Amino acid sequence: MKSTRTIDIHHITRVEGHGNISITVKDGRLIEARWEVVETPRFFEAMLVGKKWENAPWISGRICGICSIGHTLASIRAVENAFGIVPDEQTASLRLLLKHMETLQSHVLHLYFLAAPDFLNVGSVFPLINSHPDVVQRAAKIKQLANDLCDCVGGRRMHPTRTVVGGFTMLPEKKELVRFKERLNEIKTDLLDTAELFRSFAIPDFSRETEFVSLQGNGAYPFIGGNLVSSDGVVKKEQEYAAMTNEYLVEQSTSKWSHLSRPSFAVGALARLNNNFALLNPAAQEVSVSFGLKPINHNPYMNNIAQLVECVHVVLDSLRLIDELLGMSWKKPRHPAVPKAGIGVGAVEVPRGILYHCYEFDDEGRIVRCDCVIPTSQNHANIQHDLSALAEQCASQGKQDREIELLAQMLVRSYDPCISCSVH
Amino acid sequence: MDASQAQNRTYLGMPLARPRVAFFELSSCEGCQLQIVNNEANLLDFLSLVTVVNFREAMTEKSDAYDIAFVEGSVTRADEIERLAVIRKNAKVLVAFGSCACFGGVTQLKNRFKDPAWVKKQVYGDRSIQTNDTARPLEDFVSVDLRIYGCPVKKEEVEKIVTHVVLGRSIVQPKYPVCMECKENENTCLFDLGEPCLGPVTRGGCDSWCPNSRFGCWGCRGPAEDANVGQLQVIMKQYGFTEETLLDRLECFGGFAKDAEQLRTNMKLSPRRHEGTK
Repeated sequence: MKSTRTIDIHHITRVEGHGNISITVKDGRLIEARWEVVETPRFFEAMLVGKKWENAPWISGRICGICSIGHTLASIRAVENAFGIVPDEQTASLRLLLKHMETLQSHVLHLYFLAAPDFLNVGSVFPLINSHPDVVQRAAKIKQLANDLCDCVGGRRMHPTRTVVGGFTMLPEKKELVRFKERLNEIKTDLLDTAELFRSFAIPDFSRETEFVSLQGNGAYPFIGGNLVSSDGVVKKEQEYAAMTNEYLVEQSTSKWSHLSRPSFAVGALARLNNNFALLNPAAQEVSVSFGLKPINHNPYMNNIAQLVECVHVVLDSLRLIDELLGMSWKKPRHPAVPKAGIGVGAVEVPRGILYHCYEFDDEGRIVRCDCVIPTSQNHANIQHDLSALAEQCASQGKQDREIELLAQMLVRSYDPCISCSVH
Repeated sequence: MDASQAQNRTYLGMPLARPRVAFFELSSCEGCQLQIVNNEANLLDFLSLVTVVNFREAMTEKSDAYDIAFVEGSVTRADEIERLAVIRKNAKVLVAFGSCACFGGVTQLKNRFKDPAWVKKQVYGDRSIQTNDTARPLEDFVSVDLRIYGCPVKKEEVEKIVTHVVLGRSIVQPKYPVCMECKENENTCLFDLGEPCLGPVTRGGCDSWCPNSRFGCWGCRGPAEDANVGQLQVIMKQYGFTEETLLDRLECFGGFAKDAEQLRTNMKLSPRRHEGTK
């Protein structure tokens, strides 16, 4: 029997922002698969023009509610790089600790609240409150610890208040950090239980070779600043980010798209892990290997597992950082900034991949030009290419619409897209 | 969470209504919705008060039968006006959720440019893009029953307001400024630390969230009752802050849009000084 079937998912759920999936299959052959981004643009890059430098982190952090800390830190780094400010050890360590806890809260939110319901055959985390109370409580416990530590270091878990150009407005009490050390040690078991839970899930078997882009670790698994690297061998300096992202406009998206050596590339936890596996904490490496996740892995659904591996890494690295901080005697929290004309770029690995902020300043420190390149916008083209390959594979295997629909949504969710962020 | 449990809930011996609530987002960072999920310690208690029937960011199931609609974000495109009208029709109580919904929030910062074509060109070049010339609060298009201020909203305040709605109590927003809460918290005055602050004119209720971190207030909750912006301007000048610094804060979240417009006119300041050079 000849037939044309169309799968239309308008505003896919359990992702941040608004995107549509459309797949048309005729007589068992794929006609078209489309990933559409319909989010409204907010024009942050225009908004900041004419504003003094101190506005940049405060306003541009509001590009995203989930990774506002990452945006704030990328913005601060761009300003500091433009003005020639190098953060001292105390500030660098506190920023990394804050970054780690954002990574943990965001990954746990995605793994438990957004991704896990697909594997447990429910539409959201809410039915799990009754059916799997231990799972929900564990997620809440880890997330709360991460968020509480963000409050402690950054002043607030969302749109942080203490993070400023030159350092922090104030520092956490050391006795608070000691208490967080205990809580971080406690949740190590919860992370192993999380690994057990995900081991019971059937990760879809799908691979498509692509290029992975991330920061290049220099002695440590990278999060803030440094060289940019791709799995196809491209290496660039931080300030050359535009040659790494090559943004362009497409009809089906209000977000820009990116390409490098191939028609598309991927950023995010899987890209970071693929490019920097040897720099992960050994215990995190062990968890990774137990899932068969070794570089270079081309299964996009494994981004879920890469996030889990990073959770283990950031918790262990945070314990190291707290020990380091407790060994320092607190210095002045903030150094004054002296504006000057120039261009500054800040590259930061936020939960969904590498993020760039770039500002050009006049000699009074007013923004002349602003450019932000978001992880999810770099992933859109890769999502499109994956979706086409997946739909083609499903169609040739004669899969039912409902199965294709689920696999397609799970594919998009694996990227943990932050769509309103990508359009900004 | 199921219906039988809901029917059994009582308050002071009276059966308790369990409203069906829905969350929606227009142009925003979705951070205010996330604040609900960020409330790990009381999340389950909160969820036992209400039945969540629509929350796209967190759940696949959806229903258009709801009592309370929380709408985050500002209105920046024609399709959002239509979506908002449908939500208004369905909801008994429509809540403007967060500063973008209440005043336009940071999204209204684009409104200060007099040439919308320049704004579009700055991001999209010559490609045509659908967007309204200005970002507007919900109340410019539909009637709003309740406002929850803040960027982001404070989860404790959301809980308190929702509990009051469920119990049928009236909701009274603070009329006093952030400054009062800051003094109660025994913080050193930000002015004395050399930091600008809108605490004296901004509506309280956040427990001086930013000043507690030695970070001056940016007015995200809009003006307090009888806010004396003129006097603040005098004080800020005495402490050596420029008018531009005051303007940056007044115009950041849209709650002081009129004062900001006035100040900009007085300063004869072009919002985009570099338009001609780039």
